[in-house]
Amino acid sequence: MAELLQILVSGLSAGAIYALAAVGFTLLWQASQTINFAQGEFVMLPAFFVLAGMTIFGLPLWAAILTAMVLSLLILGAMFKKLIVEPMLPHGTLPLVIATIALGLLMKESVKEFYSAQGQPFPTLFPQHVLDFFGASISVQDICNLIVAFAAIISLQLFLGRTRTGRAMQATAQDPRVAEILGVDVKRMVMYTFLINGALAAIASILISPVYLAKFSNGETLGMIAFIAAIVGGFNQIKGALVGGLLIGVIDNVAAVYISAEYRAAIPLILLIVIIMVRPQGIMGTSEGRTV
Amino acid sequence: MTALRILFLFAFGIALFIAPMGQGNYIIYVLCSWLIFSISAMGLNLTLGYAGQISLAQAAFMGIGAYITALLTMAGVHWIFAVFCSISASFVIGLALGYPALRVQHHFLAFVTLAFNTLVFLVLRNEDWLTGGSLGLVGIPRPEFGPFNTMMQLPFYYFVVVCFLITAAAMAWMLHSPWGRAFKALRENPIRANSLGLNTTRMTLLAFAIGSAMGGLAGALQAPLVQFIEPGSFTLILSLKILLMVIVGGSGYFFGPILGAGLVVLLPEMLRFTDGYYLIIYALLVLVVMIFSPQGLIGLGQKLLASFKPQEERGDLKQGAQL
Amino acid sequence: MKRTYLAGVSLTALLMAGGAVAETVKIANISELSGPGAAAGTVWAHGVELAVDEINEHGGILGMPVEMKEYDSQTDPQVSRALVQKAIDEGAFALLGTVYSSSTVVNMLVAQMNGIPQFTASEAPSITSKGNPYIFRTNWGAQKGMPKIGSYLKDQLGVSKVAIAWANTEFGKGGHDSFVSIVEDMGLDVVADIPSEQGQADFSADVLKIKNSDAEAVFIYLTQEEAARFLMEATKQGLDIPKIGDSVLTSEKVIDLAGAAANGAKGHVALTIAADEPRVQEFADKFSERFGYSPDYNAMKGYIGAYTIKYGTEMVGEVNSQKLADVVHGLCLDADEYPGVLIDMCWDDTGEVSRESYMVEVVDGREQVSEVLPAN
Repeated sequence: MAELLQILVSGLSAGAIYALAAVGFTLLWQASQTINFAQGEFVMLPAFFVLAGMTIFGLPLWAAILTAMVLSLLILGAMFKKLIVEPMLPHGTLPLVIATIALGLLMKESVKEFYSAQGQPFPTLFPQHVLDFFGASISVQDICNLIVAFAAIISLQLFLGRTRTGRAMQATAQDPRVAEILGVDVKRMVMYTFLINGALAAIASILISPVYLAKFSNGETLGMIAFIAAIVGGFNQIKGALVGGLLIGVIDNVAAVYISAEYRAAIPLILLIVIIMVRPQGIMGTSEGRTV
Repeated sequence: MTALRILFLFAFGIALFIAPMGQGNYIIYVLCSWLIFSISAMGLNLTLGYAGQISLAQAAFMGIGAYITALLTMAGVHWIFAVFCSISASFVIGLALGYPALRVQHHFLAFVTLAFNTLVFLVLRNEDWLTGGSLGLVGIPRPEFGPFNTMMQLPFYYFVVVCFLITAAAMAWMLHSPWGRAFKALRENPIRANSLGLNTTRMTLLAFAIGSAMGGLAGALQAPLVQFIEPGSFTLILSLKILLMVIVGGSGYFFGPILGAGLVVLLPEMLRFTDGYYLIIYALLVLVVMIFSPQGLIGLGQKLLASFKPQEERGDLKQGAQL
Repeated sequence: MKRTYLAGVSLTALLMAGGAVAETVKIANISELSGPGAAAGTVWAHGVELAVDEINEHGGILGMPVEMKEYDSQTDPQVSRALVQKAIDEGAFALLGTVYSSSTVVNMLVAQMNGIPQFTASEAPSITSKGNPYIFRTNWGAQKGMPKIGSYLKDQLGVSKVAIAWANTEFGKGGHDSFVSIVEDMGLDVVADIPSEQGQADFSADVLKIKNSDAEAVFIYLTQEEAARFLMEATKQGLDIPKIGDSVLTSEKVIDLAGAAANGAKGHVALTIAADEPRVQEFADKFSERFGYSPDYNAMKGYIGAYTIKYGTEMVGEVNSQKLADVVHGLCLDADEYPGVLIDMCWDDTGEVSRESYMVEVVDGREQVSEVLPAN
């Protein structure tokens, strides 16, 4: 029983962070109908902004985090949209997919060349105190990560559903042409989406790095998991990414303990294939009307 | 076919023949690698450029082809028989994988193939009783054809050239057959093609399976080239690299993947002088090409050519109308 | 003006051409400068660089300067194979690298075919068991360390049930296989056998399984970041059994990454800058001063490899690949006389290395030698 509880607790705390990365994936999919293959690197990079701020410029942790946040908004949000997505969007999704692959490579290699090829320890925001929860160990850090991830996703959901700007963003995501006719500033709404993705990536990065350490290659695994979580949950729903992330976190742990450590990476992939066969819109998703 | 085109093909053939002369083993190896990846990328181009579906499992099909050929030839079977098995297995697996994925539209083939590639890697790594696991298979023999032994680098190169030319010719024939024309119809306007009575799903599935079979052939050539295979050589990263070859070269153009493969295989070599920065420069180059010419390098070349000879274009015949 | 300039150029060209023909010793280093192995490969390459520059400052090899070329294998075995071919085409008479065993098992065949001696950082058991007369290790293979770890577990810790957490890559697989077969021969029970993925971030399931397996000690055979993550998770879940590893587990980097969680970890190591040897300390100081970080076992291996080429070639008295390979087989170098090898070492006729080793323990965030074990 304690074993199962431990699996659940560990899986949920890992899953919360996967969910943050997956939400960004979903958002970009909606805004630009593209698969961002650099999403993993988007989550890897802000941690290095923080580290660079602290070690090179001698900033205190809070100031470094603030700087990293601003840089993420600027680079991963605004610049990504202006310099890469915007000029390419009219040419369909394929060139954009390739561009994001190249961008991921660029970010990864730059961190490796200009910062370090080795993993780096990362300061934690929360106490690492471990609590005993009916025989399962959970750290305060895990609980805080869960709370922050949930808070970020729920407030995003509220923002999209309850505010004027949020609804305009949703309208843009569903059909930009109709939204434009209805008087929505489509360009600005798309820009908001990219900024939100930049901010979410930064949050995920700062939450994940104390546990997973900061390393240039971290994006490879993370991007893949975020991708699976987004599809499994439902590519067109924010709450789908949350459910998908948590589910993958738990399933990964269950598979490793009860099925096979050698094939643990296979279980989420098989789930992905099954979901596509049985329920292509994802667990939480709604079916999209377009056929071509 | 214009005279210019025939001249170009002729020059290309001659160039292939004389390229390795007087070169070191390393350059010949790189040339072999380029031709093999060209075959693989041409296969993906069929799926992507002609049928309009993204496959992210081309590396997995190369892996399947390479392992089948390696295991069979190491057991003493002749390469000719082994390559036949590699191609058929990749074709059948392609059908089985593509069928369910293509029932649901959109990018689902991309998602399914992405998962499939990692699954293949896991099986190759974990089932070490068959595949040698993460340590791989060492000492794959190179084929012998009577007195013609490909053990040395130069004969092996010419052997690869022959395989490449046969594949390219088959591909060209296929694209010019009525069946190939139907493909173009499919790419340019799927809805119209459907309403004209073409079974678009079946056509797309066939394109994907043939493309996968070409991946299997490339793998069957790569195993004897490197004489060593391991699961790590056939991961998703390689699939993305092959995708890169097709798109950067120019998807939907016959020579696009060949050019793209050349670029991806040779560019690191050309950028070697930049030390550790070559991957950064490489990534930047790809970004620039994609931003300024989403049709890839061939598209860019055609644009430049077209700007020299002005042409009248009828707006109502423009391709790819958005529906 | 123009004429004198031209004359100057041609003179330099002449001198350079003359120099290239007769007066340099060409060696090559093929290592993982990009891709997943970049961290290890770069450190190794730095070790090589340091040694080559020192050798050149002190008159080179046989009085000729060393010309070293670096090649990046991208951590891809196929690329590494092609580059070994290229290095040989370009005239290298001896090779250094690669670090990852999956690359070395392939590219060493090319060196063998061309009769070029190759000094590798790889520790997979299979490398020296294939009868390749041109491959030499710079540190002993994993299979030689395992008996020492096994007897430490059995005799010193009195353990009968042991768990192993290992990286499911070519690196971990070789170590895992030899560990399991050796401890089972010794009569120990492997009660939990847990592979993990390359780059795995979440080790909670791994630790949980070991915790519930009633193992009395765990052997950790993971790469640096993964080892640190494992140790952190083990501390979190309160896994209170002895944690034993090899050079990786107690390395500077793991301690740096895992922080307090690394305390108490024990390692059986061959090369460590914690060794109480003035030569090793001197090397560590030079290395940190030049590259701005402290060296680890890979740096030491690279340094030793480059110096071995120098010592071997000078024993032969000429730049000759075959003779170098012949002389290193069965060679023993005494570090007092040959300081570049740092610690006394010997090669047998398969290219395997033997040298004394240390049991170390991490105490208060520092690696401390608790015991010196004789060479086997």
